[in-house]
Amino acid sequence: MKTLLTSRMLGNRSGKRLLGMGTAVLLGALAAGCDSGDKKGLTVGFSQIGSESGWRAAETKLARQGAEAKGITLKFSDAQQRQENQIKAVRSFIAQGVDAILLAPVVSSGWDEVLGEAKAANIPVILLDRQIDTPNVDLYLTAVTSDTIEEGRVAGRWLAGKVQGRDCRIVEIQGTVGASLVANRKKGFEEAIATAPNLHLVRTQSGEFTRAKGKEVMEGFLKAEAPGSICAVYSHNDDMMIGAIQAIKEAGLKPGTDILTVSIDGVPDIFKAMADGDANATVELAPDMAPRAYDILLAYRKDHAPPPKWVQTPSKLYEPDTAAAEYARRKDLY
Amino acid sequence: MMGRLLNTRTLPLLATVVVFVLIYAVCAAQYPAMLGLRVLGNLLTDNAFLGILAVGMTVVVVAGGIDLSVGAVMGLTTVALARLIEGAGLPPLAAFALVLAGGALFGAGIGAAIHVLKAPAFIVTLTAMFLARGCALLISTDSIPIHTAGYDALAGAGLALPGGGRLTLVAGIMLLTFIGGGILLHGTRFGARVFALGGNAHFAQLMGINTRSTTILVHAFCSLMAALAGIVFSLYTRSGYALTGTGVELDAIAAVVIGGTLLTGGVGGVAGSFIGVLIQGLILTWITFDGTLSSWWTKIAIGALLFVFIAVQRLILLASTRYGRSGAGPGAPTTPHPAASTPVARSSAPGAAAPSAP
Repeated sequence: MKTLLTSRMLGNRSGKRLLGMGTAVLLGALAAGCDSGDKKGLTVGFSQIGSESGWRAAETKLARQGAEAKGITLKFSDAQQRQENQIKAVRSFIAQGVDAILLAPVVSSGWDEVLGEAKAANIPVILLDRQIDTPNVDLYLTAVTSDTIEEGRVAGRWLAGKVQGRDCRIVEIQGTVGASLVANRKKGFEEAIATAPNLHLVRTQSGEFTRAKGKEVMEGFLKAEAPGSICAVYSHNDDMMIGAIQAIKEAGLKPGTDILTVSIDGVPDIFKAMADGDANATVELAPDMAPRAYDILLAYRKDHAPPPKWVQTPSKLYEPDTAAAEYARRKDLY
Repeated sequence: MMGRLLNTRTLPLLATVVVFVLIYAVCAAQYPAMLGLRVLGNLLTDNAFLGILAVGMTVVVVAGGIDLSVGAVMGLTTVALARLIEGAGLPPLAAFALVLAGGALFGAGIGAAIHVLKAPAFIVTLTAMFLARGCALLISTDSIPIHTAGYDALAGAGLALPGGGRLTLVAGIMLLTFIGGGILLHGTRFGARVFALGGNAHFAQLMGINTRSTTILVHAFCSLMAALAGIVFSLYTRSGYALTGTGVELDAIAAVVIGGTLLTGGVGGVAGSFIGVLIQGLILTWITFDGTLSSWWTKIAIGALLFVFIAVQRLILLASTRYGRSGAGPGAPTTPHPAASTPVARSSAPGAAAPSAP
């Protein structure tokens, strides 16, 4: 195939000579490269979405540490937020003949084709931290995720308990549009505050999960709302909240006192902010998804019993009282 | 003999091919699995949309322009398709026809704006990019799966290659697009006009070439290719998502430049762009096979390659003007005006309709 193409494009004698040289190099390489390395432990490919937030960096770090601890060779690929890069990575993993694939999908749809190829090659796929939208759930072995609706509910319930019947205008900073996670964290939160008539969600906008955008969105909210009228801010992740806290400070208000904060993820910086009195609560999204997936995978390879289709991780809420200790425990992980 | 074959047109292309073969050899030496037809099949399938975008981009760049809107037009196409097929219940082929027509019209609009307003293509297509991305997000911010039965069959169609790989329908469309683009650019009068326009817009006008219709057609073709890339991407993922193809216009431009097409216009071809696309895909595949490197190295490698290629092209151009060999494509004057192919001569032409690239 390639030979055909290159000779068509060169179409001259020097090109043919060059092509001959190239072929010789390739054949030599083929002969030299036949020892494909040791085949002792498992090889697992991990297609990660990117490194947009501290939480994701921690997930990646734990994936590497966990693999090392279990003697697994991890092939890691950062998709830079692009689905096509993830599809390419999964195809490359299949071509390499890995033993299993971990996939943290950047969007919920569009995976049928490539997961079908993995299935045809008998490579189990475990979804990490997000579900996919497919009519054929046989395409993956299991999904290790948190209950993202529950995370929103936990945040909403905490806020309802905190304001105790006082009227409260809430602003929301959403994550990147299109991810099921965002819709679910919004839905859960709205469910929880719907039971309290004193809580009103007045504004919502996407901060794309980044600190800079979170700050920008909060600045917009503070300008748009009458001074002192925002009572609480709910952010879909901690990074955007840290940006928002900065914006609140710059507006001359005291975050955590003048404006209550609740966000999701549990990254070290939010614990630091809580310890400093700048933030009120965070719902932890456990970042040890990959180690859990390794355990499932090893068990599956041992006894061939398919695991449940959804393995749920806990959603725990943390408040400032434990923040200093939690920060000390986590700061090296991230 | 060698001197005649190795001119400004073939040398950059040859350099690209050499780089591709070298990279492939290094990859294969390290990972023999990369020699397999499966990896080659993947390379063609996974980069099909980028290849199709690169065909359109090559034509625009040869004409002396640039198009930053292709990624956004591709994203808009995927969302529009998903809505037309899943929402409105249109048969896929009818939806394809609609988005292709829409793409061509959109591009014609861009071309007309560039010509009539005498505005730089950079700004006009930047505007078009925001417009298309905004429209896509307005239609839907969610990724919409397409579950229509016929769509799965189309998406899954392909020839099995020995060794477990497949030559998929989308890869086939990409290869045909390159062949079609090559014929259009090198074998038709329209192609000759494109080269003339990119070589020197003022001279092209003096030669009696209708620069208005050529500019409009060039951009219509490029957006048509972007819409086709959108169709291919939507088959590739069986879904539509508004943020698809963010930044992919820059990958397409990189492929075109690596392929030996001069950003100043008038010199180039689609064959090099094809290799440019494959080189990008190959580097990413190698990094995935390695599995320990950050995939941001892809960007660094592409950046370094781009720099080297731009420098090489410049040197070749300088050398060729000094020795009197012109860097002319078909349709441009060959030897009498060696200076005509240098940017200095062109930028002094008043009222140039097609602005040179930034």
